[in-house]
Parts: sequence; C-alpha cells; structure tokens
Amino acid sequence: MKEKKMKLNKFANLLVFGLVLVVAASGCRKKPVNVTELPGARPGKITDQGPGGTLPPSQPMTTEPGPVGGQGGIVSNPANAHEGWPEDATILKPDTVYFDFDSSVIKTSEKPKVQAVADYLKNNPANAVRVEGNCDERGTEEYNRALGERRALAVREQLAGLGIDPTRVDTISYGKDKPVDPGHDEAAWKQNRRDDFVVLSPPK
Amino acid sequence: MKQTQSILRQFSFLACLLAATRVMAQPELNVYHTVELPGQAKPILVSMSGLTGEAATTLQFDLYVQGFAFTNTEAAQYLISGSNNGNLEARVTDPHNKSTLVSKAYSGGPLRRQVHAFADDFVQALGRKGIAQTKIAFKGENSPTSEIYIADFDGHNAQAVTSDHSLVAAPCWVPGHLALYYVSYKLNHADIFYHDLATGARRAFARYGGSNMSPAASPGGREVAMILSKDGWTDLYVCEANGSDLKRLTKSPQDESSPCWSPDGQWICFAAKEREHRTLCKISPSGGPMHTIATGGTPSPTEPDWSPDGKWIAFTAQYRSGFQICVVPAEGGTAIGLVEGEDPSWAPNSRTLAYARRRGGHYTLSLLDVPTKQVKDVSRISGISSQSQPSWAK
Repeated sequence: MKEKKMKLNKFANLLVFGLVLVVAASGCRKKPVNVTELPGARPGKITDQGPGGTLPPSQPMTTEPGPVGGQGGIVSNPANAHEGWPEDATILKPDTVYFDFDSSVIKTSEKPKVQAVADYLKNNPANAVRVEGNCDERGTEEYNRALGERRALAVREQLAGLGIDPTRVDTISYGKDKPVDPGHDEAAWKQNRRDDFVVLSPPK
Repeated sequence: MKQTQSILRQFSFLACLLAATRVMAQPELNVYHTVELPGQAKPILVSMSGLTGEAATTLQFDLYVQGFAFTNTEAAQYLISGSNNGNLEARVTDPHNKSTLVSKAYSGGPLRRQVHAFADDFVQALGRKGIAQTKIAFKGENSPTSEIYIADFDGHNAQAVTSDHSLVAAPCWVPGHLALYYVSYKLNHADIFYHDLATGARRAFARYGGSNMSPAASPGGREVAMILSKDGWTDLYVCEANGSDLKRLTKSPQDESSPCWSPDGQWICFAAKEREHRTLCKISPSGGPMHTIATGGTPSPTEPDWSPDGKWIAFTAQYRSGFQICVVPAEGGTAIGLVEGEDPSWAPNSRTLAYARRRGGHYTLSLLDVPTKQVKDVSRISGISSQSQPSWAK
C-alpha cells in the first residue's frame, strides 16, 4: 500500500512538476488561508515527436526465432524475414478467402482459393506471401485482432498441408482496422471477414 | 449466494459504521451514504454557488463522474462556494454539522487545472481518492490511419504521442511510470512498442514473428503480458520489462485475448474460450492451470480490467443487441450490466471507468461512475473521427 502510494506520488510529481502549497497567514477573503500553486506544467513532453518517433539507433531491433515447433502450431517467421521485399497485393486478389462470423475455419467454398495460392507459390519458388487476417466490425477490438491472426494462421496451416514451406508465409492481423467495405450491414461485414494475400518477391 | 452474503455483510458493516459516525445527523440524510453496489448507489448531493463559466462546468464534470450530483442548497449535503475571477477560490462546507471541509485559493496554471485540484481536495476530504488530475491514453483513428494520444481524464489537453501515419492499437500505461506500451504497424508488422513519455524515446519491445498484440504491464511495471502468435497459435505470454525471460502461459489453438493484471500481481486475467464457451480466465504469471472466473453466463465476455482495489473486474459482454459494460466480483459471481459500451479501463479510484461507445461506425470515449451509473462523454479531439481503447494512468 505504502509502496503503491509512493509510486503514485512519484507519478503525480512527474505530471504536475511539484504542486507547491503556499500557506498565507491572513484569513481575509482577498488573502485566503491556503493557496495552492499550480505551475502550468504539461505532462512529460514528447521530445521525439518528429516524423513518427523513430527507433533510437541504440536499440537495434532483434527477433527471436522462439522454440522450434512450439506445441502444435507452426513457428512463425521472424518479423524481418522478408523485410524490404517488394509487395504486390493484386496478383492473388481474386483468391481472397472469406470467413463466417466469428470463425477462423476455412470453408469448403474457400479451399480452392488456398489451393490457387499454393499453386502460385509452387510456380514462383522465389516468392513468399503475407497472409493478412481481417474481421468485420462486430467484435471488440483486441478480440478481433486475435481472431484476424487466427484466420491468417489457419490459411498458413492449410498451405503447409499443401506442401508449401511455412517459412515462405508471413502472417499479420489488422483486426477490424482495415475494412474493405465501411458499411454496417451483413453485405459489408462478409466482405470484411477475410484473408488478403500480398505477394512478396526477393529484392532485385 | 456466497456473493449475496458478502454483499450483505458489507452492507451491515457500512450500516454500523454509518450509525456510529452519523448519530447526530438527521435520519433522512443517511440516504446519501448507501452501500455502493454497482449501479445502485445514490449520488452525493452538492450545491454550487459563485463559480461561473468554465470553472463551473469543469467542476460539475469532475464531480459528476465521481458520484456527485448537483442540486439546490436546501437539498445538498455539501455546499460548494467560491469565485473564479482570475484565480480560483473555493470552499466546501457541511451545513448539517457546520464544518468546513476545504477552503483554498489556487494560483498558477490554467483555470481548469485549478478546478481539478479543488475537485481532488474535496473528494480527498471525504476520504476518497481524487482522479481529476489524472491522464488517459487512447487510440485516435482517422481512417485509414490511427495514432496514440494522451489527454487529461476529461479529454482536454490531448496530445498525439505518435505521428507515424500507420495503425496503432491497445495503449497501456505502465503503472507508476510516465510510459506506454502499444501496438504499432509502423514497421509493416504488428509489434509492441515501449514509449517513454518523459524522454520521448521508444523502442520495439516485442517483435516476434506473427502478430504481437494486447500488451499489459504488471502493477509494478516489471513484467508485461501479451498475446503472441510466434508459435503458431494466438497464446498468452509474459516476459520481463527488459524483454527477457519470455514465458508461454497458454498453449491452445483457441482464442486468448486482452490480458490484464490483478493489482497484487498474482494473476493475469484474460478472455478465453473453454469447451466452446467464451469465459474470463485467470492464470498465474509464473504458469500453472487456468481458472475460470464465473460471470453468470454473461455472453462472450472480453476485455477484462481488474480494479485497483482488487475487488471487481470490469469487462465487455456481447449481447445480440450490442455491447455492455459489466462488472463482476474479482473472485467470480453474478455480473452486473451497467451501460452500453466496450473496453472499460478503471480509474485509480476503483469506481470510475473510461470506456468506448459506438456511434455509427465510430467510437467516442465516456466516463462511467460505476456505483451511481452516472455517465459523461469526454471531450473529443476535433478532426479525429474515432477515439477508443482508453487506458487510465494509475
């Protein structure tokens, strides 16, 4: 409790830059008994405001491969596996996979699309693909972010089952942040519950 | 049943306390001191005289979202008087025992700040924790991009923390520090960043393969819980604040989302799915079995947030008709639905919640005083179409 209080105090100090209590002696109305000084301080200034707070050079971004074969799932590619690879979102656009509400199960109707993506990757052995999971607006934000990722992972698993090396498949979830249709009805929602495919080709 | 008993016990304890402390008061005044069951408490009635303009509206807002309501001098339990010609001078008196609770003048800073300080002085004089000088962080969206913002708890003085023209999500204050964790897509990948607001420096905190989501700093700030898909499923992980000692706490192809911590740091609570049913669960940060937190069959509970006093867990329930902010005793029990909304975050006073409310396709932020169910919208940032995912600095 005491510790908590101290931390709170510390925080308050940072925010207010010292709330100075000036006790005046007189009790008359013009000179009140207790005067609380409030310097017009702002909360800790953001110094790195520039063009989007770049990462300080002293903090190189590293990735960890994680334990191999984490129980049951396929280990994801390092974050920078295909960094700088040119992207093409049009090649596999016809193969966008759609999902049922609140589901990451690949429907029978969508399986030929995953097959088409697998075929493309087989015919273009140097290329990789990023599977982007998306949701409709109906779930809560972070629930949807996890759901979108499960949709991407489900397709990656299926691609692996079709013989594609999963190190050629990146996944990302945008939750409900990237709807293709901004509407608020089922017609819009069913367009938004999807996995998009972005082709990544090795830099020349 | 057990819960009812405990509430009854609480009630009788409060009743005794009341009887002891308010023997001299007229009996009808006791109505202001009813037990604070979520959604059922009566507001404390106050009157205000002498304050004008922004000072008056600011004070009304500050007190309303902490369980006070404004009335005339006859009906009021506390009388607030003062003036704001230039600086603020204000006092609070209790007309029934003719005592003065607060009598102060404030100088320096903008008038709003002086009023917030006075609101805190008043609330603290009643033995409560004031929240009028606290901050919130949130996501501000202007499709197709979003940025992290911080603002006063009432939405005023908002400033952008990021300006990446990318997507961000899930800001989380580090308790006791002027720092945030949040998700950023700046690097074309869903990564968790740590951002020190005092120095402006930030660094990629979790940048594992797959998506890095939903960071939650432990009460002391020494550990961080999060959702990662690095091992092929979306699971709950925890690591030290320096990024070391990453532990995987769940191993399931089912969904886990939105972790939060108990204030004693003993538990991480999160939304999960067990036997095809969505539930709230808790797990020790050092691992072990998952425990279900009963919510009385509330549909699809997500986005839990544990109150700083340890007693309640607020969460979002998803009904056919929409989303509801609910609270449930932290040990589980009957959930109480409060208002329509999503993603609650407790204030340090363990009674006010910040949450997001849908309006068409956009979100606005509101504050809810849980005991009285009094609600006010926070001030919006002009030019920002949607504000969501509030995190209250504690």
